[in-house]
Amino acid sequence: MKIPSIKFKKAGKSKKQIDKVFDQSKWIRGFTIVTVAIWVFYAFIVDLLPYVIASFFQKWLPASTVNESLVWVICALGLNIVVGYAGLLDLGFVAFWAIGGYCAGWFMSDFFYQVNIHFGSMAPAEQPGIHLSFWAVLFIGALVCAAFGVIIGAPTLRLKSDYLALVTLGFGEIIPQVFYNGENIGGFNLSNGSKGISPVDNIGLFGKKLGPFDLDWKYLIFVCLAALMVFISLRIRSGRLGRAWLAIREDELAASMMGVPLMRSKLAAYAVGAFSGGIGGVAFATHVNGVFADRFSFSISIILLAMVVLGGMGNVWGVIVGALSIAWVNTTGLPAFGETVNSALGTNINFPSYNFLLFGGILIFMMLYKREGLLPESRLKQIMHEADDSTSNIGGH
Amino acid sequence: MTKSALQADNISVKFGGLVAVDDVSFDIPNGGVVSLIGPNGAGKTTFFNVLTGLYKPTSGTVTFDDKNITAKPPHKIAQAGVARTFQNIRLFGLMTAEENVMVAMHSHLKSGIISTILGTKKQRTEERESKKTARELLDFVGIGNTADQFARNLSYGDQRRLEVARALALKPKVLLLDEPTAGMNPQESKTFVDFVYRVRDEKDVSILLIEHDMSVVMKVSERITVLDRGQKIAEGTPAEIKSNKRVIEAYLGKSAESGK
Repeated sequence: MKIPSIKFKKAGKSKKQIDKVFDQSKWIRGFTIVTVAIWVFYAFIVDLLPYVIASFFQKWLPASTVNESLVWVICALGLNIVVGYAGLLDLGFVAFWAIGGYCAGWFMSDFFYQVNIHFGSMAPAEQPGIHLSFWAVLFIGALVCAAFGVIIGAPTLRLKSDYLALVTLGFGEIIPQVFYNGENIGGFNLSNGSKGISPVDNIGLFGKKLGPFDLDWKYLIFVCLAALMVFISLRIRSGRLGRAWLAIREDELAASMMGVPLMRSKLAAYAVGAFSGGIGGVAFATHVNGVFADRFSFSISIILLAMVVLGGMGNVWGVIVGALSIAWVNTTGLPAFGETVNSALGTNINFPSYNFLLFGGILIFMMLYKREGLLPESRLKQIMHEADDSTSNIGGH
Repeated sequence: MTKSALQADNISVKFGGLVAVDDVSFDIPNGGVVSLIGPNGAGKTTFFNVLTGLYKPTSGTVTFDDKNITAKPPHKIAQAGVARTFQNIRLFGLMTAEENVMVAMHSHLKSGIISTILGTKKQRTEERESKKTARELLDFVGIGNTADQFARNLSYGDQRRLEVARALALKPKVLLLDEPTAGMNPQESKTFVDFVYRVRDEKDVSILLIEHDMSVVMKVSERITVLDRGQKIAEGTPAEIKSNKRVIEAYLGKSAESGK
């Protein structure tokens, strides 16, 4: 029996951080200020700036990158519930992203041209296909994903750690493959195969039509969705189910002995995580104005996991930081950096193709020196540093 | 004779060729404090794990509250009212003492995902009340001042107490304590005896102990059952057990009595 010898001062500090979680009003204020500031900047100020500065932002942080990063944030927050809260390693999160995306493809486009269903959509009434309002589709996509979370989870969650990771990895491959090859399932065109479904309808907001280039307004929508996920994460975490997840993460057997139904609690984690994956999927479909099967690759699951780990498992703010930074590097930072280097040195190196080298390096570095992530959950910080202490004792540095 | 709170009939557990528990029948009388003792490897903890649903017995039945609970999933048995503590403390280390206790209230709380997200009045009231109950339980076991500390930061004795508080949060009818005084000093063990009776009387539970410390066992138990190599070799009051020849043989070896 190891008896941890940690000063009580530390525990007191951590307690304060836990209390913060219960106080929702504080973060909402800060979040709103940042959100509005960025929105005002991109909607109004950036056009007024001198060309040099404006083009700097155009190169290093265009509005579309901000929006795409927010989609990653939404999905990473969902994965955080599964991995960070409940401690279940999920390597197939892309499945939910894909299902959410195809919900948008099915219910917000001309794809099912055989029928003509309209509900609150901005599409003209005579246009064939299923055209539901973006908000309805958001809800449907989230619920369909949650249902799939339960369906996928029911058989797989009986497995323990490594096996669970392997099976989720399998599902993460199977579901995008189904869409990729779903052009002709017994004569039924499920997904339009590799051609994908494009375009999807505009988003309707207060009678406005938001097309693919209305980045400012879409930014606001995506931010609200991300905020919703933060809100849901924090609320659930501080409640009955959140405690059960934490207990399962700490000691599964003891949790079940204390009357916590393991399967049901884990399924709930899967469902809530998938819920947000669905929201992210629908949002992403409107962002890129379509769904394309080949985009839902295995690497998305890994990048999402890297975001959660880099930021700090279990801490929504850490996950947001991790998601924003990795998404930025992936979409803009690395290409822009490469462009700068290439034009300065006259070389012709394809920098974006080295992104996995970079991520691999970062992950190894993190595992060596900052295992708990950039902004770790206050609880985890403790245990990770303890591990550091013990290894350094053995290692003798 | 009073009705028994929990009854195990002809329990056998085999792991491959090894018979860990061999046809043991046992019952915990209503409101009683009984002990299960035996040398190392006698099958005590295995038997315990059968009672709490962790192991499926090869044969035999466990009856609780007139219901057959044999091989029910652990959380169902816990919810029905059989709570336990662990020999090697298994608290949720990175949760506060209060949260540890609140986890065990899981089955008594009703708020679902939606009401938690919305923060309905009912949910908030429930949370507040469960928090209050948790604090009361912590006070009851005498560690109320540690409510906000992580379980892993508590002292060893406090961790043991927290385990009892957590088990009591299930509102159990039967409380199983697996070597509760392991690692305690004689002074702590002594106060523990009073503590067990206080738990029994105030929380209205029947208690089964597995215990190594004979002075504790003899003082605390109303009835003792002795296991040796998976078999029940004796059962009786502490006085009877003390003078039972087979028990002494099991503990000290065959020639021990003459040798001493």
